Amino acid sequence: MSRISTVFERLRAAERKALIPYVTAGDPDIGSSLDILHAMVSSGADILEIGVPFSDPIADGPVIQRAGERALKNGVGLVDVLSLVRSFRLTNSETAVVLMGYANPIEAMGRERFIAAAAQAGVDGLIVVDYPPEESAEFAAAVRAAGLDLIFLLAPTSTRARIEQVARLASGYIYYVSLAGVTGAGHLDLADVLSHLEVIREFTTIPVGVGFGIRDGATARAICSIADAAIIGSRIIQEVEADPAHAAARVGHFLADVRAAMDAVVTTAP
Amino acid sequence: MNDRPATYDLPDARGHFGPYGGIFVAETLVHALDELAMAYARYRTDPEFVAELKDEFAHFVGRPSPIYHARRWSEVLGGAQIYFKREDLNHTGAHKINNTIGQAMLARRMGKPRVIAETGAGQHGVATATVAARYGMSCVVYMGSEDIKRQASNVYRMKLLGATVSPVESGSRTLKDALNEAMRDWATNVADTFYIIGTVAGPHPYPMMVRDFQAIIGQECIEQMPQMVGRQPDYVVACVGGGSNAMGIFHPYIPFPDVQLVGVEAAGEGIDTGRHSASLSAGTPGVLHGNRTYLLQNSDGQIIETHSISAGLDYPGVGPEHAWLKDSARASYESATDSEALEAFHTCCRLEGIIPALESSHALAYAARLARDLPRDKVILVNLSGRGDKDMPTVAERSGMVV
Repeated sequence: MSRISTVFERLRAAERKALIPYVTAGDPDIGSSLDILHAMVSSGADILEIGVPFSDPIADGPVIQRAGERALKNGVGLVDVLSLVRSFRLTNSETAVVLMGYANPIEAMGRERFIAAAAQAGVDGLIVVDYPPEESAEFAAAVRAAGLDLIFLLAPTSTRARIEQVARLASGYIYYVSLAGVTGAGHLDLADVLSHLEVIREFTTIPVGVGFGIRDGATARAICSIADAAIIGSRIIQEVEADPAHAAARVGHFLADVRAAMDAVVTTAP
Repeated sequence: MNDRPATYDLPDARGHFGPYGGIFVAETLVHALDELAMAYARYRTDPEFVAELKDEFAHFVGRPSPIYHARRWSEVLGGAQIYFKREDLNHTGAHKINNTIGQAMLARRMGKPRVIAETGAGQHGVATATVAARYGMSCVVYMGSEDIKRQASNVYRMKLLGATVSPVESGSRTLKDALNEAMRDWATNVADTFYIIGTVAGPHPYPMMVRDFQAIIGQECIEQMPQMVGRQPDYVVACVGGGSNAMGIFHPYIPFPDVQLVGVEAAGEGIDTGRHSASLSAGTPGVLHGNRTYLLQNSDGQIIETHSISAGLDYPGVGPEHAWLKDSARASYESATDSEALEAFHTCCRLEGIIPALESSHALAYAARLARDLPRDKVILVNLSGRGDKDMPTVAERSGMVV
């Protein structure tokens, strides 16, 4: 069983939901990124999404784009992100790690070479934002063969046919983008999210995490009343931006509050 | 290289030109692209749509654009005869309007009252603002703040036409960043918004759709050249940034094996200086802006900043069909530097009484180089894709003047 599945099993047994924070590697610098990852774990993160900087992040909003620009200014690329994961794994073998990024840096390294390096570094899952299912059948097979999960995004605009297609290829968890648009935008409509989660669950039993628009304990708690995981991105980058010198402490403090709010949920067994 | 297929029918249903093209976008855009592909499939052959487009081309754009024999320049070069396809004479001064008319007509049929666009030189932004005014649509044009400085008069034209010009401050603040921003807008506002992409790049169906609307250029040439010179040209030459004017004139000529197709990229300060925009000549395949194509990128797969004296060629990718035409050897790709383009610009002004766009001047520079070494009975057809009025400040600055 993959580390991601193990994490969800453990949580299910404990009647808790998964907290999945996102941080861009190399922002404010690669050393701080390692501290941030450990701080997130201490504050109750179950799975870490690590953003791979890319020069043209078309699916991200301004907050995550700025983080990527700062990381690129520091010269942080895919190779550095893999070493970051290796460093993290020196002292942590339980928390699942997912790399999230765009296709081009992966293709520049070579897909096979990247997958092997990611597995060897201790990565558990991949989200390649601009690899939709039609373009990633071969990639998905290679990822699975290496024992990694390939995580796909679904959106409010995804049709039933599309959800079925994604459900066939996806493993680990499904990342439901709760809003149309880019990361860090807008507000959350819980009833609308719920209706979409119900459709997704017709086609798959793997956990569904919800991201885009979760900004505090209250929104995370609300999401966790209907989803398997709360995914938080832009809001964490804002903590990093607000005080780069103390980024790890700020992120840790913020997430601890979110965790506490989430655990206040009374989960009912299905 | 590969033998050419007898019939050319690319792309496939998912937008592939061999290994290039495709749909590489986040899930949030998939439905919008499906909806667009379905609408385009429905209307591209719809008699009422085709008739309206033809009418708009004739009465609003001013088509067909003439072909002009550059006699004096050909004489001075002493070799092949150079002809210009006069896309500079279109309404708004460039080929861009051919495509924006088509997409705006599609937007109306899809019930989208708001159009958005990205622009580099501002020509596509002006062409989009123009059709938005023509059809009473609201219009937002994304433009890199660097380009806004370089192309002030086009910014003013867009505003006169009622468009909002939204400056883009991210990345290199040029065309690619404007494209990123427009994609984000579209993902957020897809319910009421149509994204008019200006070149043959982006995810399927854009490369195909933009090519089809621009193909009127080559279709007219195929009719006009026999009337002008009694036959088709030996060479068709066009500048390539994203590559829409080149695809427009190349595509109808693909089945003519005796016609050589030559795209001319911007070599900037020289390919070996690294300051250029020649993706096909100096790039490697990768994924950007929704499709797989040749890109200017570093070893980490980050897109690198490009340079060209002409904002319209300053793009690190290129349309995927050009990538395919290059690999299959049906077209060849050359380059011209900033200085060569400027020299051709001045020569064209003085010898022919035509002020060409700096973009088109790259094609002219290569055509002049080519013509010199060819016999006098050879025929080179250059796509003069736009007029140079917008480039006055850039050219004047190079000559140490201010206009």
